[in-house]
Amino acid sequence: MLNRQFREKGIESLLFASGAVAVLALFLLCIFLFRDGLLLFEDYPISEFLTSTKWFPTAEPEHFGLLPLFLGSLIVTVGAILFSVPLGIAAAIYISELADPRVANFLKPVTEILAGIPSVVYGFFGLVILVPMVQKTLQIPTGQTALTGSIMLGIMALPTIISISEDAISSVPRAIKEGSLALGSTKWQTIYKVTVPAALSGISAAVMLGVGRAIGETMTVMMVTGNSAVIPGFPSGLFAPVRTMTATIALEMGEVPQGSDHFHALFAIGSVLFITTFIINIIASYVKRRYRFNL
Amino acid sequence: MIAGKLLKNISICSVVLLIIAAAFVGIGCVDQEETTAEGESIIIKGSDTVLPLSQAESEEFMLANPEHSITVIGGGSGVGIAALIDGEVEIAMASRTIKDSEIENAEANGIQPVEHVIAWDGIAVVVNPENPVTEITFEDLKGIYDGSISNWADVGGEDLPITVITRDSSSGTYGYFQEEVLLDEEYRQDALVQPATGAIVLEISQNTGAIGYIGYAYLNDEISALALDADGEGFVEATPENIIAGTYPLARPLHYYTNGEPTGLAKEYLDYVMSPTGQDIISSVGYFPVN
Repeated sequence: MLNRQFREKGIESLLFASGAVAVLALFLLCIFLFRDGLLLFEDYPISEFLTSTKWFPTAEPEHFGLLPLFLGSLIVTVGAILFSVPLGIAAAIYISELADPRVANFLKPVTEILAGIPSVVYGFFGLVILVPMVQKTLQIPTGQTALTGSIMLGIMALPTIISISEDAISSVPRAIKEGSLALGSTKWQTIYKVTVPAALSGISAAVMLGVGRAIGETMTVMMVTGNSAVIPGFPSGLFAPVRTMTATIALEMGEVPQGSDHFHALFAIGSVLFITTFIINIIASYVKRRYRFNL
Repeated sequence: MIAGKLLKNISICSVVLLIIAAAFVGIGCVDQEETTAEGESIIIKGSDTVLPLSQAESEEFMLANPEHSITVIGGGSGVGIAALIDGEVEIAMASRTIKDSEIENAEANGIQPVEHVIAWDGIAVVVNPENPVTEITFEDLKGIYDGSISNWADVGGEDLPITVITRDSSSGTYGYFQEEVLLDEEYRQDALVQPATGAIVLEISQNTGAIGYIGYAYLNDEISALALDADGEGFVEATPENIIAGTYPLARPLHYYTNGEPTGLAKEYLDYVMSPTGQDIISSVGYFPVN
């Protein structure tokens, strides 16, 4: 008897410890990231960092302008979302509402496999296949553009969007759907007037998480977007090289002298990225909670 | 019964813990410098340009002297010099000369960096083979890289926009090219930045309007090197003969830095690299021996 209690307590404390480690790791990560990032603003004005349009980290004097990098991340992410959301939601609707159970059972794992492909493989594919294709199709000077990055990221965000949307659509109560059909709606009317609106919270959360995945992706983007630190126009910027925040950190950390302004600037970019994805995740979980079956 | 189960659980737990502990102990062991009676060990760290050369040299050296151990780590010139300043490594590799700020840091730490030129590397300016341009002056090259020239027609080519390609700022080659060709001015903002030399080669082989610069060792049939004219003296081709003779304008020394004059294994290794055997290895890796 005593043994059992002892075991229960032991397991409980073990699980608590695991959870605590995750929270602690996040907390320490925040501290280190922000501490080194904030050191930049001791000798470089924060207003300059947020509004300057030049990123010349090794020039004299140095320019650490976040704007081209932030907008670069933004345009690639927006492009990825435009590409993957319609596709992902359509696929999710097909899998959960229309497909034969056998087909659905085959399709779901296949989309999950997309998530298991290493990002460097996506990047390599993009560089060798997609980049020349984009260049030849659109007749532009180079195929390394924001669009190329968007397409790759869109493909990479698909599994997240499909699986979470599919769960949301599947969890819409049958009574609602059957009620709609009983009132004489066709299958399609039911899907776009009833099922999808009812699952909208889950679908929005899926999109948000897809955005989070796209913003944080590094390797693939670095390989296919060309990495020019210029302010992208919209939508013309889609067809020109851009540089994202993640690619900047990955590109420049190799040679950055420890403790220099440039080093702290990279940490500051990391902090901005962290805050951005953090906000996106908070919005995603809020949306998911707030709009449950809000018909 | 319950006690038996508990025993089983405890034993499973302890096995898992043991494995984790062993892993940590293993990690701890990797960094230990094991000094046996007659063998020493040193660490060489720094430039990715010098990395293949150091790897080849150290492998041959260890085959000849199996009692010694040499660890070679990449990461970039700045990383290697920073490690030397922190006293973590015996030799730093650099594809650029040490900066004044780095020397100050070193002296503040009681480290005296000493420079050794171990080899020469030629930088080739390369274009797509379909591009009719075969030679370029430094003036035009600077124009292309600082943004004042954006069409091949302006430098004797076809009417085609120029796609300018550079390495990222963590590359020693980036800094060297900026000094020699751009005269320390900034690269154009809209230049494509590639994370590795292989990516530059790939883009140029696929893109008829592209121009980039790479280490001589990376030249292949899919790209063609331009002849360069630095000072109006005439165009010089990027050939091994011209690089060794010193007439090719974009040839740079590759360095090792040690703390003070090298002693012990570091000295032995450095002597080996500078010996005829070591200099032959340099040629076989695609760099050029020191005359």
